[in-house]
Amino acid sequence: MRSHDFVLYEDGLYRLEEALRRLRLDANAKAVFLVDKNGQQIAAAGEVEQFDVTSLASLTAGNVAATDGLAKLIGEREFSVLFHEGKQDHIHISIVAKRAILVVIFDDRSSLGLTRLRVRQASGDLEKIFESMAKQAEQGTMANTDSSPFSEITDEDIDALFSE
Amino acid sequence: MAFINYASKEINCKIVYYGPGLGGKTTNLQFIYNKTSPEARGKMISLATETDRTLFFDFLPLDLGTIRGFTTRFHLYTVPGQVFYDASRKLILKGVDGVIFVADSQEERMEANIESIRNLEDNLEENGFDLKSIPYALQFNKRDLPNVLQVDEMYRVLNFKREPTFEGIATSGKGVFDTLKSVAKQILIELRKR
Ligand SMILES: Nc1nc2c(ncn2[C@@H]2O[C@H](COP(=O)(O)OP(=O)(O)OP(=O)(O)O)[C@@H](O)[C@H]2O)c(=O)[nH]1
Ligand SMILES: [Mg+2]
Repeated sequence: MRSHDFVLYEDGLYRLEEALRRLRLDANAKAVFLVDKNGQQIAAAGEVEQFDVTSLASLTAGNVAATDGLAKLIGEREFSVLFHEGKQDHIHISIVAKRAILVVIFDDRSSLGLTRLRVRQASGDLEKIFESMAKQAEQGTMANTDSSPFSEITDEDIDALFSE
Repeated sequence: MAFINYASKEINCKIVYYGPGLGGKTTNLQFIYNKTSPEARGKMISLATETDRTLFFDFLPLDLGTIRGFTTRFHLYTVPGQVFYDASRKLILKGVDGVIFVADSQEERMEANIESIRNLEDNLEENGFDLKSIPYALQFNKRDLPNVLQVDEMYRVLNFKREPTFEGIATSGKGVFDTLKSVAKQILIELRKR
C-alpha cells in the first residue's frame, strides 16, 4: 500500500470518535466533525443527522484550501483557525496534526471563547491519536505487505461494479 | 490519495474533471447526477458564478457498489476551466486519484485544449503527481456541433500517453459514463497493485 493513501482502522476510529465526543460535551457544541484535508469525512460526534456530512466535508476542505492559498499569498504559512459566525449557528474550523480539519458547530449554548479553549485541549489529544495511528500503519505495512484486501481484486470484481 | 476506511469498510477515491472553459465538465457531472439513483449519489454542489461558470468546483459523491465487502465511493470534482482561475485548479487537484480531461472538439478551441493539458501537467506536478503515471482518460466532447475537428486529428494533437479516449456529447450523455468507468477502473487496478 502506498504511503500516500490514508488508511483508517477500527481502533483508530474509535479513539478519534471518543475524543470528538469528549470535545463536543466539553465545548457544549451541537456537532463536531473531523475531515481529511482532501474533503473526506473521518469521524463525527453529536447531532450529526441534521447535517449533510459529505457536503460539509467537501466544502470545509475547499474553504480551508482556499484560505491556505490566501495565507501563502500574503506570506503566512497558514491561518490556523477559521470562524464563521451565523445568526444562530457558528462554525469553528481548525487544523490538527497538519492533515486533518476539526469542525465544531455550536450555537448560543456555547461561546467562541469556550469553543476555542476546548478545541485547543482536544487538538493535543487528537494529534497523539494520529501519531500512534501513523506508527501502527507503518508497522502494519512492514510486517505484512500484502495485507490489503484489494490485492486480490479480480477483473471480474471490477466489471461487476459497472454492470447495471 | 485513496482513503481506505477499514472501520466503515469504505474506499473513497477522488476523480477530477479537467479541461478548458466551457468544454463541458460541469455538464458531465450534471448528466451523471441526473442518471444515478438517489441511493447511489449524494447532493451535487456547484460553486458557480451568476452566469453558471464554475467558480471554485463542482462536487458529486457517487457510490458504485461494493467490492470485496468494501463500499466503493468516488468523489467527482470539476475544476474551473477559465484561465485566470489557476490558483483554484491547483487546490482541487490535491489528493487526486484519477483525471478526466474534457476537450472541446470545436476547431477554434484546440489552442485552449492544448494549453489546458499543459496546465494540467504543471499543476499535477506541483501537487506531487505525474500525468504519465496517474489514471487518466480523454474525452472529445461536443461531437454534435458542426465545426468539430476529426477525431484522429484531435487524437494526434491531444493524446498524451495512449490513454483511453472517448467521443462525447455531454448534453445528451453520450460517452459520459464510458469515460468515468474507464478512469474508475484504472484507479481500482492501481489500488490492487499497492
Ligand atoms: N452542443 C453541445 N453543448 C455542450 C456539450 N457539453 C456542454 N455543452 C454546453 O457548453 C456550455 C458549457 O458547459 P459547462 O459544462 O458549463 O462547461 P465547463 O467545462 O464546466 O466550463 P467552466 O466551468 O467554465 O470550466 C453549456 O452551455 C453546455 O450546455 C455538448 O456535448 N454539446
Ligand atoms: Mg464548470
